[in-house]
Amino acid sequence: MKLNERSLAFYATCDSPADNAGFLYKRGERHTAYHRRWFVLKGNMLFYFEERESREPVGVIVLEGCTVELCDSAEEFAFAIRFGGAKSRTYVLAAESQAAMESWVKSLSRASFDYMRLVVRELEKQLEEMRWGPAGGCGGCQGSAGSWKPKTLGLECSPERLPALPAVLPKENGCAVWNNAPGEDLLPNTSGCDGHDDEGNPRPPPLPPRRQASSSEASSARAAMAESPSTFCRLHERYGREVARLRQDWLERRRGHR
Amino acid sequence: AVLKKRLVKLVVNFLFYFRTDEAEPIGALLLEHCRVTKEEENVFSISFIEEPERKYCFECDSEEQCQEWVEALKRASYEFMRRSLIFYRNEIQKMTGKDPLEQYGISEEARFQLGAHKD
Repeated sequence: MKLNERSLAFYATCDSPADNAGFLYKRGERHTAYHRRWFVLKGNMLFYFEERESREPVGVIVLEGCTVELCDSAEEFAFAIRFGGAKSRTYVLAAESQAAMESWVKSLSRASFDYMRLVVRELEKQLEEMRWGPAGGCGGCQGSAGSWKPKTLGLECSPERLPALPAVLPKENGCAVWNNAPGEDLLPNTSGCDGHDDEGNPRPPPLPPRRQASSSEASSARAAMAESPSTFCRLHERYGREVARLRQDWLERRRGHR
Repeated sequence: AVLKKRLVKLVVNFLFYFRTDEAEPIGALLLEHCRVTKEEENVFSISFIEEPERKYCFECDSEEQCQEWVEALKRASYEFMRRSLIFYRNEIQKMTGKDPLEQYGISEEARFQLGAHKD
């Protein structure tokens, strides 16, 4: 299967911060000898290099749908990345200390895209509820404000389950009070590129993501889309107006400070 | 350039493409550090930061479908999600005075920090 390898190599070696990095011993596929490699975890991709200074990774493990577990091995501080499926490989790795092993197991367990998406959705929901009020206030959002069941996909990777949502948050006067002193680095952009849009301005906060329906998507995507489309349209509209106004305020304030 | 009909699937931060009658993908594009651009009618392109002249072009059946794909792909990267999370976390913290990740015990995770550092 073809991959855009140059882009993968770029992601591995560019100066975006790594979520973990260090030497690990990797057990070979055919021979059981361990080889010391430099590992770099970025997002849901675990790259490994022959040497720390190598300019390109020799391999990558995509951390979706896997479990990370300690394993019984002659090698000390060993752990395994295990994929389901009959033909799938198990990667056995060993750290150089107990602390390193624990650090890697923790960061690898939470590395999946699905896990990140769950957390983002959870925070989005909290933010929406704080701004527009919980289920009742939205006129149509299904009443799941009191509890939230995390989907299983990707959660095998994480040791703790996300607890239920907090109780109803106090309403403001229907309009959230935003602290109008954002830093530039706090506003994400909606384009795929780093940095800003064409004018060099940071883009306003993203709307809740819509994903192309696909059978291999996690069921959590379907759950999010089960709510009535018109409700989301209304939310988007209100949210968008609020955001546009705040952005205007912010830009004006910046100009005022020059 | 010849247009070939493909089945295209967006799964996490990968765009898989298949021949229409095959179960295994021909290939995949990792969607990190890429730019998604609306081109002419029904067409969008994906290019990558390390090779910006090279465009992967896709023609859709309708303008609506094209817009849907552009929006979905712009939000498809892990790095985009990370930025969103950091932004939401910060907003909630400003409004409530509390870090919303604390209740999940993940507030110290490197990946959720504003200016995460390399080892």
